[in-house]
Amino acid sequence: MAMTITEKILAVHSGNESVKAGQLINADIDVVMCHDVTTPAAISMLAERGLDRVFDSEKIVVTPDHFQPAKDIKSAELHKRLDDWCKKHKIKHYYPLGKAGVCHALLPEQGHVRPGEVIVGGDSHTCTYGAFGAFSTGVGSTDLAAAIATGQLWFRVPSSIKFELSGKLSPAVYSKDIVLEVIRRIGTDGARYMAMEFAGDGLADLSMEARMTITNMAIEAGGKNGIMAVDEVTRAYLAEHLKDKADFTVYESDADAEYVRCEEIDCAALEPMVAFPHLPSNGKAISEAAGLAMDQSYIGSCTNGRIEDLRIAAEILKGRQVAIRTIVVPATPEIWKQAMDEKLFDVFYDAGCVVSAPTCGACLGGFMGILAAGEKCVSTTNRNFVGRMGSPKSEVYLASPATAAASAVEGKLTDPRKYL
Amino acid sequence: MQIRSTEKFCELQTRQNGRLDMGKSHVYKRDNINTDEIIPARYLNMDAEEELARHCMEDIDTEFVAKVAAGDFIVAGEDFGCGSSREHAVWAIRGAKVAAVIAGSFARIFYRNAINCGFLVVELPGAVQKISNGDELEIDARGGKLKNVTRKEVYEFTPLPDFALEIIEAGGLLKKIAE
Ligand code: SF4
Repeated sequence: MAMTITEKILAVHSGNESVKAGQLINADIDVVMCHDVTTPAAISMLAERGLDRVFDSEKIVVTPDHFQPAKDIKSAELHKRLDDWCKKHKIKHYYPLGKAGVCHALLPEQGHVRPGEVIVGGDSHTCTYGAFGAFSTGVGSTDLAAAIATGQLWFRVPSSIKFELSGKLSPAVYSKDIVLEVIRRIGTDGARYMAMEFAGDGLADLSMEARMTITNMAIEAGGKNGIMAVDEVTRAYLAEHLKDKADFTVYESDADAEYVRCEEIDCAALEPMVAFPHLPSNGKAISEAAGLAMDQSYIGSCTNGRIEDLRIAAEILKGRQVAIRTIVVPATPEIWKQAMDEKLFDVFYDAGCVVSAPTCGACLGGFMGILAAGEKCVSTTNRNFVGRMGSPKSEVYLASPATAAASAVEGKLTDPRKYL
Repeated sequence: MQIRSTEKFCELQTRQNGRLDMGKSHVYKRDNINTDEIIPARYLNMDAEEELARHCMEDIDTEFVAKVAAGDFIVAGEDFGCGSSREHAVWAIRGAKVAAVIAGSFARIFYRNAINCGFLVVELPGAVQKISNGDELEIDARGGKLKNVTRKEVYEFTPLPDFALEIIEAGGLLKKIAE
């Protein structure tokens, strides 16, 4: 039977020869990702029910990131619960402060993501790891608890939408602009319950960092997972990053696999995009959006806080001054170190930006860049819901690091093409 | 009405003779009501249900907590609960003693979290057109019937699949696993 890559991975992990969309399965989990917001509750739930155990202390990866370093007493207590639990169960891959980073940037970088695996995480953007040809999806605390204790979860096999990317991106247009266009086109629930499979020669040119920006935002279209096939770019990244277990299985969709829908995206025709409040699907081309005054620019998060993103922002900010508050948040300690070694911090400092420790921070309205009522922020993050970065009366405009940097320089939404 | 549910919700239902009984509806004529509006991230530094309940729906309706009564319903448009995976959204609503959420459709993770917690969600296309604010409703979850007592109408919906009802009847996913 012809299957998609998602169906093949789920078939193997549920002990079936084949599965098809709609089927209910129980799948074995290869990696469980845990962070400071959803995991402490999962741990407590297990303890309350006498299930205080972990299915495999080497397959659980833990990092506090949302409120790290602890922003207040309550979050410090979340961190403490997480820390005690990791020590008690001898969690092998625990990344506390100093090693902690934004989970979805940290896991691939530290070699915890392999093609062909089933990965779940207590965070909706766990779909990021699909860029490596893995089935990866976000779950809530109860599912997380079940995965931690049993190493298995129930799934309904999703149907798939295919996105064929063709053509080469123009200068100053990035994968963030591709995914904002995808979401603009299909809407925030356009892929509800479905797998979003990205294919086509338009992908070949994109780095793994750029690809992760696309799968990261699958959830913004309601997707269960985003997924891409493995190619040379993937293999090169894995060769550099995989640590203890370097072998993996590669699955590909059959040529006659079934898709509910097929969308073609001509990357060459894309302009820089900005998603207006309060939905990620409110994308507009920069030519229609430029000129709107901003109060803050935020460059970071699991969507666009990787080294490539910081380099792009630095290229624009070099030798210029920002006109508004600009916050740069390297997503992991390694990215932070690399940015320092490459002297990007000098560029940010000279331009008048502030650089923070790796954290989710203001992306979810946690801390380090909260907006007041009436303020507008151009942000490289993934959600612009009401109150997402602070006051319910503030506004978030989603864009690429280039657009966020160019807008920082002019203090208003700005087309980055004039700076690159 | 066969649905049993997790701890607090069970109590509520027992008080109501084991039936998910009549409650008033709070209608939000909006699509894409997201987890940031249901329970803003500024409260995610805690996870106790009672505390979260005090801020339920705060960024969409500051009055909600004051006006909701045990056994009431939230009624909304499409894609309810989109956004983050925070189960805190379900806990906040359940903590506010809401009996069920009725929406045109639900975002995947919210829907799944609700089932896993043993909290009832009803997918009823056109819910916000059929139900007005304050309408009294009665739900037969297994039978797939929702009675609008105020308007004297009955709407049919597709009941949750059996596996989901089983999880809810077991008192949530973890209870099922513990057994
Ligand atoms: S960076 Fe933002 S979107 Fe990503 S995991 Fe953290 S809070 Fe969530």
